[in-house]
Amino acid sequence: MQEWANQLCENRQFGSKMTDSKYFTTTKKGEIFELKAELNSDKKEKKKEAVKKVIASMTVGKDVSALFPDVVNCMQTDNLELKKLVYLYLMNYAKSQPDMAIMAVNTFVKDCEDPNPLIRALAVRTMGCIRVDKITEYLCEPLRKCLKDEDPYVRKTAAVCVAKLHDINAQLVEDQGFLDTLKDLISDSNPMVVANAVAALSEIAESHPNSNLLDLNPQTINKLLTALNECTEWGQIFILDCLANYTPRDDRESQSICERVTPRLSHANSAVVLSAVKVLMKFMEMLPKDLDYYGTLLKKLAPPLVTLLSAEPELQYVALRNINLIVQRRPEILKHEMKVFFVKYNDPIYVKLEKLDIMIRLASQANIAQVLAELKEYATEVDVDFVRKAVRAIGRCAIKVEQSAERCVSTLLDLIQTKVNYVVQEAIVVIKDIFRKYPNKYESVIATLCENLDSLDEPEARAAMIWIVGEYAERIDNADELLESFLEGFHDESTQVQLQLLTAIVKLFLKKPTETQELVQQVLSLATQDSDNPDLRDRGYIYWRLLSTDPVAAKEVVLAEKPLISEETDLIEPTLLEELICHIGTLASVYHKPPSAFVEGSRGVQHKRLPGSAGSGESVDSPDTGSAAGVSEAPPAVIPSQGDLLGDLLNLDLTPPTATGPPPAPSSGMQMGAMDLLGGGLDSLMGDESEPPPIPLRTDTPQSPQLSHQSPSPPDYSPTELGGDLGGSPAMGAGFGAPAAAMPATFSAPVSGGLDDLFDLGGGVGMPMGAYSPPKTVWLPAMKAKGLEISGTFARRAGVIQMEMTLTNKAMSVMTDFAIQFNRNSFGLAPAGPLQVLTPLSPNQSIEVALPLSTVGPVMKMEPLSNLQVAVKNNIDVFYFSCQYPISMLFVEDGKMERQVFLATWKDIPNDNESQFQIKDCHLSSDAASSKLQGSNVFTIAKRTVEGQDMLYQSMKLTNGIWVLAELRVQAGNPNYTVSLKCRAPEVSQCVFQSYEAMLKN
Amino acid sequence: MIGGLFIYNHKGEVLISRVYRDDIGRNAVDAFRVNVIHARQQVRSPVTNIARTSFFHVKRSNIWLAAVTKQNVNATMVFEFLYKMCDVMSAYFGKISEENVKNNFVLIYELLDEILDFGYPQNSETGALKTFITQQGIKSQVRPHGTKEEQSQITSQVTGQIGWRREGIKYRRNELFLDVLESVNLLMSPQGQVLSAHVSGRVVMKSYLSGMPECKFGMNDKIVIDRQGKGGSSEDGGKSKQSIAIDDCTFHQCVRLSKFDSERSISFIPPDGDYELMRYRTTKDIILPFRVIPLVREVGRTKLEVKVVIKSNFKSSLLAQKIEVRIPTPLNTSGVQLICMKGKAKYKASENAIVWKIKRMAGMKESQISAEIELLPTNDKKKWARPPISMNFEVPFAPSGLKVRYLKVFEPKLNYSDHDVIKWVRYIGRSGIYETRC
Repeated sequence: MQEWANQLCENRQFGSKMTDSKYFTTTKKGEIFELKAELNSDKKEKKKEAVKKVIASMTVGKDVSALFPDVVNCMQTDNLELKKLVYLYLMNYAKSQPDMAIMAVNTFVKDCEDPNPLIRALAVRTMGCIRVDKITEYLCEPLRKCLKDEDPYVRKTAAVCVAKLHDINAQLVEDQGFLDTLKDLISDSNPMVVANAVAALSEIAESHPNSNLLDLNPQTINKLLTALNECTEWGQIFILDCLANYTPRDDRESQSICERVTPRLSHANSAVVLSAVKVLMKFMEMLPKDLDYYGTLLKKLAPPLVTLLSAEPELQYVALRNINLIVQRRPEILKHEMKVFFVKYNDPIYVKLEKLDIMIRLASQANIAQVLAELKEYATEVDVDFVRKAVRAIGRCAIKVEQSAERCVSTLLDLIQTKVNYVVQEAIVVIKDIFRKYPNKYESVIATLCENLDSLDEPEARAAMIWIVGEYAERIDNADELLESFLEGFHDESTQVQLQLLTAIVKLFLKKPTETQELVQQVLSLATQDSDNPDLRDRGYIYWRLLSTDPVAAKEVVLAEKPLISEETDLIEPTLLEELICHIGTLASVYHKPPSAFVEGSRGVQHKRLPGSAGSGESVDSPDTGSAAGVSEAPPAVIPSQGDLLGDLLNLDLTPPTATGPPPAPSSGMQMGAMDLLGGGLDSLMGDESEPPPIPLRTDTPQSPQLSHQSPSPPDYSPTELGGDLGGSPAMGAGFGAPAAAMPATFSAPVSGGLDDLFDLGGGVGMPMGAYSPPKTVWLPAMKAKGLEISGTFARRAGVIQMEMTLTNKAMSVMTDFAIQFNRNSFGLAPAGPLQVLTPLSPNQSIEVALPLSTVGPVMKMEPLSNLQVAVKNNIDVFYFSCQYPISMLFVEDGKMERQVFLATWKDIPNDNESQFQIKDCHLSSDAASSKLQGSNVFTIAKRTVEGQDMLYQSMKLTNGIWVLAELRVQAGNPNYTVSLKCRAPEVSQCVFQSYEAMLKN
Repeated sequence: MIGGLFIYNHKGEVLISRVYRDDIGRNAVDAFRVNVIHARQQVRSPVTNIARTSFFHVKRSNIWLAAVTKQNVNATMVFEFLYKMCDVMSAYFGKISEENVKNNFVLIYELLDEILDFGYPQNSETGALKTFITQQGIKSQVRPHGTKEEQSQITSQVTGQIGWRREGIKYRRNELFLDVLESVNLLMSPQGQVLSAHVSGRVVMKSYLSGMPECKFGMNDKIVIDRQGKGGSSEDGGKSKQSIAIDDCTFHQCVRLSKFDSERSISFIPPDGDYELMRYRTTKDIILPFRVIPLVREVGRTKLEVKVVIKSNFKSSLLAQKIEVRIPTPLNTSGVQLICMKGKAKYKASENAIVWKIKRMAGMKESQISAEIELLPTNDKKKWARPPISMNFEVPFAPSGLKVRYLKVFEPKLNYSDHDVIKWVRYIGRSGIYETRC
């Protein structure tokens, strides 16, 4: 390489390829020496050639720093070309020779005063690139002058130089007031100066997230939009990218900006187009959907996006990655443009794969025939990855467009006939999904699949095939033989296949118990005794126990109906998608990852969000996971501090004896405990796991006597995951709860914590009268929580308030490290223990959790009263939601008042505090109502019958000691009840009434 | 922003390395070489992330250009910049080859210093750059940097609103050339069904005009014609298409986009010399100049019979040129026998294809080739993928139907009028990806 460096300089001089052999044979040392001599030559030409040689050596990675003083000596020249070369050298080596670099300062300072603007700019541009502290000091004055230079070329260069200086010494830039000067440049008359100032400010602002440096307001936005029309293509990109960070005040401003940005969609530069698309996609969120302009804008977006596909392949790739996001966010834009995504034979592979992805996203009933024909074509291509993806795509079409399923299946069968190994395997994997989506529809193809059993060598395909055999065991005559053949090499299989084989054989056994007993014994012992894999072993034991104790239950569990698989796969989680939309055109949109995933340091860690409609509530700032701070800052200041209203509530009620009731003390110490959940919650989770309650899984044989007398009523966890899951190894999240719940007797009343409560849930059947518990509702939709869905309810079981939740992982990755925390609330509800999710929650899996609650947490009155704000943390993020609990679960067991006390209290409470409600359409007799209410700790103290009307006098006590007195009037034949409630804290009446209604109607 | 820019030869040796940001070290140069240039596998993405550093690359012949960054940069911009960089280099020294890069390395450094500042692209119009960055390596400048007026003229042009044109250009003969260059793309099923077809066209202009001329370009854009009313539509309706529906178009930065957006008129002050005025795309009513009708028959496992008919579908007075039909053959082909009515056909074993070339062909004609392909028996289970038959050609009309209606030139300050300008218009339709599956 060094050769050409020398050679090319020679070539220039002599215009020939002749080489001086003597010159090239010199050692490195000699060469440097020679260069040194040339650099100090008197002849200008020779000097210049020498510098060129130095630069050439530098380029190829040779260390020519020894020549520093000699090169710097050449700096004082009026030859601009030579000067530029010397500067280039300086930028490279100044850092390693800081002391000598000072020698250059004088020339720089002098050059900054040169009458030629090109030289002034060159000097300030180069100085900014020399990262030596001492030089930086000298840079300030020239830079200040250059920022106000009369020549725009110098100003635009100086603007960028501020960003350079900020990168070296941010404090200096602030102290010197350069930021203000830079801000002034936004109003410069020259568009290029404006554009560079915007670029510099945007970059500086990125490292000061909260500085409000860019201070975008309608006036500056207007200036930017004006400059947008006049500056270079690159300047337009800087400005558009900056605009995208602005949030318009209202939809009118949003529309007017959009109107001024849309012409950019016709720019020849794809980056201008995509940046404009970014601004439009973002601001569109704020436009009302019924607005005419909204529709116009949508229409305008499609053509430029399609045009991007006729650009060079690299740009096509970037465009396709972005279109993939845009299609997920707004499918309507490109729904008619399917054809442009058809793959061309000569497309580079990266373009092909991306096009395929988008084709599937756009597939619909209208175009499925075309799509399928294309996919079939692709499945015969050469590139293995592409072919696999095409085959998989056919399966995805089948699942997405029901009408096409049959055609897809027959296409897949055709492909299987080609016998190309990877095509067959891929086809089998997708056919399994089709079976799950349309059960009992396409079993006729099983025979064909079975023919290819031998050619399957990939775990995923083997697992899929085994699942199919197990699932349809009753229809495959030789299912036992097929499965047995897999069993031979059991220990060589991957975990995925082993788990699947275990489940499949158990299924087979449940379906054909007579002939397969031996097989099932074999697989159970292989899984439990000979395996080192805990997942496999545990699953084996669970099956074993289930089968040995209650085959009926086993059947219910293993052969349960499977949850439907979703139509769309590979969807980006909504919050991430929103963020990526804000990064259209950038690397983040290419990687489909937030910038924080690939950018080091502080830059780009701020999460961008779409404005307006999409998420004001859930998208409150929670920049990084694990920060507990987000929770404490959640409540807005509207609510008066504790001890105000609710404090009164508490004080009011000291009359009745509260011997056994929980202390209604809103102690602040408890808050600490709660905080710890998110902070050190992980540790406590880990701690719990390392000391599990004595589950005799590994020591006892499955037939152990204490198990056999169990009546394992199927608990209400979702059994599907046990038998139906195909996901893979860590699918046992629910499984842990399962065996335990089936055998509560083996537990010797564990101390505290969560696990035992979990069992209580299972054993809760023994309660005298089920307290009212509303059905589960979705509290946190997966859309808002990066794929975590939480639905839940509250219940009071055996005197313990429980929050019962179903956590479902709808994301693509495993979730772990769950923890929960409540905001302060009206009744001081707080988790009494950590959230018990011991195993990772794998995709598409659900787990049931019961969280015992205490009522000794910090108190603050909420609106509505029974509102509870919850924060749930997992390894991905912290999520917030609020839910309402039925107040009836706060009714304590000792809420029965003495008759006398009742009468006295009723009279004592002023009539103003009485409220009356109607409960309509309730058909219970007064006795039935009474006993039903009793189940929820509403106690009837007396009953009177007056003129065919039953009057029930009832009392209940809340956890914080508030008594509520009620009169329930029931008239025979009239389905409308009347409830009168009297309470010293009338705020609760409304809630109590709602609970009455819910309890009675349930 | 861009942290550094490297140029490599095909062996992965660095020819140019310019680092703009402190976070990019020398090891980045090697990382790209090892992981991308020397990678065994085919390139799977033009963007590569190696140890939290992102590399963008494009290739020109066997030269690699790579931009490096550690930040979340505008990826589209980086690629656009790399292409622009190639354009600028070509404008200065022609083809981008190892030889040329080496011979002009000082110039390239000078350019890189000018058009990329701290990783931010700056004015990269060659017209402007050539006024102050000259090929010193070949001819030395007479006056280093001219008079004060000249200097400020340079800077105002580089930063100004009309960065693509300098003032004071004079020609004795004011002349302009318009080329409408279209590439017509087709994907057809074996049964002759059009799976997808589109034209991507470019209007390329060579302008030799004095002063700062204001130009207005008009074509038979459906929206404009419809807006102007039905006036002329009855005159020669039916003879040829009156107007065409343009799906989308993009313009050189000299065109006033806001004016196009509001009035759909294309007005601009053109750069001097060669440039691309606009690009457009149409999908409706495309004239497909050729139709390919393939017939492939497998005779047993060792023989293949292929017959391909091509039909020209345009006015018989016009002549198509440089026609080439490429018929792929299986990898295990052992011999091919060919019979064609017109032109020359050859089996090229190295390209796994039969290449049939016809120099000229008039409209409304057809021609045919038959081939017998002998195959070696193989035990490869996979069937031959049957790549599509592709075609190349050139026709003297615009397959989209685009017509230039006018190009008006106004230069109020100088004494020449629109009539004095000599204007030339030419239409060329070429095949893009023109494929028929068989």
